[in-house]
Amino acid sequence: MDVINILDWINNLWSTFVHEFDFVFIQGDRYKQMLDGIFNTLKITAGSLVIGILIGIVVAAIRSSYDKSGARHGFGFAILKVLNAICKVYLTIIRGTPVVVQLMICYFLIFISARDGVPVAIFAFGINSGAYVAEIFRGGIMAVDNGQFEAGRSLGFNYVQTMIYIVIPQMFKAVLPTLCNEFIALLKETSVAGYVGVMDLTKAGNSIAGRTYSYFLPLLTVAAIYLVVVMILTWLVGRLERRLRKSDH
Amino acid sequence: MTTNNTLIKVENLVKSFGDIKVLKGIDTEIKHGEVVVIIGASGSGKSTFLRCLNRLEESTNGHIYFKDTDITDPKVNINVHRQKMGMVFQQFNLFPHMTVLKNMISAPMKLLKMSKEDATNKAMALLEKVGLADRADAYPSQLSGGQKQRIAIVRALCMDPEVMLFDEPTSALDPEMVGEVLELMKDLAKEGMTMAVVTHEMGFAREVADRVIFIDEGVIAEEGTPEEIFGNPQCPRLKEFLSKVL
Repeated sequence: MDVINILDWINNLWSTFVHEFDFVFIQGDRYKQMLDGIFNTLKITAGSLVIGILIGIVVAAIRSSYDKSGARHGFGFAILKVLNAICKVYLTIIRGTPVVVQLMICYFLIFISARDGVPVAIFAFGINSGAYVAEIFRGGIMAVDNGQFEAGRSLGFNYVQTMIYIVIPQMFKAVLPTLCNEFIALLKETSVAGYVGVMDLTKAGNSIAGRTYSYFLPLLTVAAIYLVVVMILTWLVGRLERRLRKSDH
Repeated sequence: MTTNNTLIKVENLVKSFGDIKVLKGIDTEIKHGEVVVIIGASGSGKSTFLRCLNRLEESTNGHIYFKDTDITDPKVNINVHRQKMGMVFQQFNLFPHMTVLKNMISAPMKLLKMSKEDATNKAMALLEKVGLADRADAYPSQLSGGQKQRIAIVRALCMDPEVMLFDEPTSALDPEMVGEVLELMKDLAKEGMTMAVVTHEMGFAREVADRVIFIDEGVIAEEGTPEEIFGNPQCPRLKEFLSKVL
């Protein structure tokens, strides 16, 4: 094969690609479906992220308060014990069943009248992510030196204030890399949202592939988009980490 | 329950951890402006005693009165009383995610509702006094041990406490940094601050204490002026202890 042949080959490949791209994405405005898919995937990820963090903080606070509690009697402790038991049941069920099953239970059994699957998916993935985030946060809270807690209390902060102003900021910094991992996993898990009729990125790619009988370009494009989003996310978290690290020179 | 001059009164204080009885009935009182130094071998219960005074440890039995309030009563809002009881720890426990200034102003701002300006002025005046004003924007990790402990002391002072509790404040310091912390504590004592100090620094006890308490096996084995304790100890355990540390 000489140089001319190679150039010829590349040229052919390129025109095949352009033709394929035009056929798959441009004709019938199918790229719009793709954009919808990206938008829905990001919406579901962001929404469930917020829900997951909120649930995570509450569950982690309850669980670590229970573990740390000095007085193991009285009315307050009884309430804590009940809350802790509820949290444990929640963690067991959510972590013990596949997210796609949870999603389908939400859509087909709980929110039967829901027409739009996106809010249901945000709810289901949020509840699911909360369980994992809770355990990440609990580990982080337990890793903060107890002296920090005591110093806060000795200044007169109550339990909740000490948590909010002193323990949780330090916990957050410690768990950031692990948390980032969870977010990446969450983003990719949302690819099963198609099971409840949501046009997410994966579903969009799959549907274009089905319509055009061309699987190569749609699926690789879908994969590339996930990859880029994950890389952007990783970069953002890295920047945040560096900013938070300025206090430990 | 207490006379006008008494700030803290401790009655039959008992503290157990599980089956182990650490404090076996302590009775004492701390007067306004008094500097009480608590000495004893490690494991004698002296730190536990100090930590019971602001309920960082919940006592098992007995009563602690702080300005006529029985703070061992579960119905008492201990947070309000802790604001008036500054505490300094062996491990400093500065908040690593905050600058020195933020360490000092967050409690006054959030608990005493001080304006940021007032709190900052107050904190800066205290930093000026201890010669660390130029470190206001530093993070704790950038400070030496002695500096950390001095900041921890002025952080507690920002709340205008009526008593300061010191839990072995110099035990985690390099030897050359012990002096600067003790100097600051001496200044505080001279200004009339009520202080309860658990320490191994016998020189400090001798020089600054109004009263020395020797705790042994969970009880006050002997107490008196520094002259009595160091010059003429009575109890054999105290004699033995002093022969080891002096």
